[in-house]
Amino acid sequence: MKNSTDHKGFVFTKESLKKKFRWSEFLSEKIITGVGFLSITIIVLIFFFVFKESIPIFYTQKKVVAKVETFQKQEQYGGESDTVQTNSSGQEQYGETTADTMMIENQTRVDDTIVHGSDKATAKSLLGTQWLPVSDNPRYGLIPLFVGTLKITLIAILFAAPIAILAALFSASFAPYWLRELIKPAIELLAGFPSVVIGFFALMVMASFFQNIFGYDGRLNAFVGGVAMALAAIPIIFTITEDALTAVPRTYTEASLALGATRWQTALFVTLPAATPGIFAAILLGIGRVFGETMIALMATGNAAMIGINPFESVRTLAATIGAEMAEVVFGDTHYNVLFLIGSLLFIFTFSLNALAEFYVKGKLVKRFQGKQS
Amino acid sequence: MKEVKIKTRNLTLFYGEKMALNSITMDIPEKEVTAFIGPSGCGKSTFLRTLNRMNDLIPNVRITGEVLVDSLNIYDKQIDVVNLRKKVGMVFQKSNPFAKSIFENVAYGPRINGINQKSKLEEIVETSLKKAFIWEEVKDRLNNSAMALSGGQQQRMCIARTLAVEPEIILMDEPASALDPISTAKIEELIFELKKSYTIVIVTHNMQQAARVSDLTAFFYLGELIEFGKTKKIFTTPDKKHTEEYITGRFG
Repeated sequence: MKNSTDHKGFVFTKESLKKKFRWSEFLSEKIITGVGFLSITIIVLIFFFVFKESIPIFYTQKKVVAKVETFQKQEQYGGESDTVQTNSSGQEQYGETTADTMMIENQTRVDDTIVHGSDKATAKSLLGTQWLPVSDNPRYGLIPLFVGTLKITLIAILFAAPIAILAALFSASFAPYWLRELIKPAIELLAGFPSVVIGFFALMVMASFFQNIFGYDGRLNAFVGGVAMALAAIPIIFTITEDALTAVPRTYTEASLALGATRWQTALFVTLPAATPGIFAAILLGIGRVFGETMIALMATGNAAMIGINPFESVRTLAATIGAEMAEVVFGDTHYNVLFLIGSLLFIFTFSLNALAEFYVKGKLVKRFQGKQS
Repeated sequence: MKEVKIKTRNLTLFYGEKMALNSITMDIPEKEVTAFIGPSGCGKSTFLRTLNRMNDLIPNVRITGEVLVDSLNIYDKQIDVVNLRKKVGMVFQKSNPFAKSIFENVAYGPRINGINQKSKLEEIVETSLKKAFIWEEVKDRLNNSAMALSGGQQQRMCIARTLAVEPEIILMDEPASALDPISTAKIEELIFELKKSYTIVIVTHNMQQAARVSDLTAFFYLGELIEFGKTKKIFTTPDKKHTEEYITGRFG
């Protein structure tokens, strides 16, 4: 039959329509899926590793109690076998031959208790107000680090957000076409600027500059660090805000202008409000950037863990703490665990900021443009 | 014939190198409905947008000739575009309410003109919505989002928003092209009512609509004004063969 045969000789029968298994199709699909899942898995595993390493601090208390008990027993045994008085500095009273080994054992135990026992890196002491991880009596209070991070984030966003949003507004609503085509890629390139360079600039130039203006004592402080961080956050906030502003339908602008509004009125009362969800997301991502920024914090903030509202005081951020102390920490130590806890906290915080930015914006935009908003 | 509201003299417009309007000269009378018809790309929308200088927003547009509104050349360097647009309002093809409440949408125009008194705004919003025949439908939900209205309601609300600024001329760019027949009928009825107090210029693709609502009709083709006259005459005994062919549906 002519109808059942097409030009390529394909015969349209029940047999030819039977499902066929295609190897190349099957393989490529599986490979792509596998690679996709692999990348997700790696990230999840990294997080679990970081989190796992921080878990021991929540159990140290029990271990310490157990160790102290064995230590006491040891002492008692010691006391029974020899005529040793249990003075705190009583090693010299041991017998010479056995005493050496005993001494070493005892001393390691003593060290253990200093690390695990007296610092008590429990949930309670993590809320302490002092961060002194390498002193004889280490304290792991995270509060000063949080205060430092929040302070610097606040300063950075207070500088970055208005500048970036106004720049985006200019670029989206006022700049002539050719200028916008120049500004936007230029600022986007700045987002890839190595933060160590910004940090260096802050350290060498900005710190002295601001010191001349404000006349404070410490060259490196939260203010200098915050302004330097703002430089890193501006490109991110700018780019996303600009995208949000240009995504506002042109019909809005036209409607407003046709009603006799000036360009400023249109930008301020129509374009900007319509883009609020996007701008909010931009600021959140800016915060995320500042929060996790390590190099600038390390170089420009002075790194003293102090609590206070004075912007010209030195601060130490969470990220900078990891950066500064990772090299000197003992593997498996409480300090080590606490640094990983800080890592987990940073991860959780940035993750939730990004998630919030993503879902808030999508939800809000959908509602707004489908008219479900009251 | 009534007094002339808008005059154009040899109005020529270029998009870059391309000539979109070629030496248009016409007189649009006051308080009548003037319809522009013609196939897509013939320049009728472009011409409409020159009347309140909306083309200023598009880069690379060059205009020569004159547009006189109440005998003033609106392309004069001294003219403030903002005030011009308050006098010459515009309704767009696609209804474009702001993502705000109905009240805020209509109150936007008066607000940017410096009216902040709540009672005054309420009064303007009510009269504008009444003039646009939509008050009864929305009076109980003025604070709801304008995005929740139907297409036809949105378009009438946009007309109310234009009226709130108290223009003298209303330009309509295919105001009913995206609407169903019932909504279209309401808009046409509204146009009929509005022409008592406003000068209306409307671009339409729908020739029956032009015949129904307009007093005068202009036929554009390839950037040129082919014929302009009383609607009745254009649709029954046009002077030009081209016009007749378009109206009877032989091309376009």
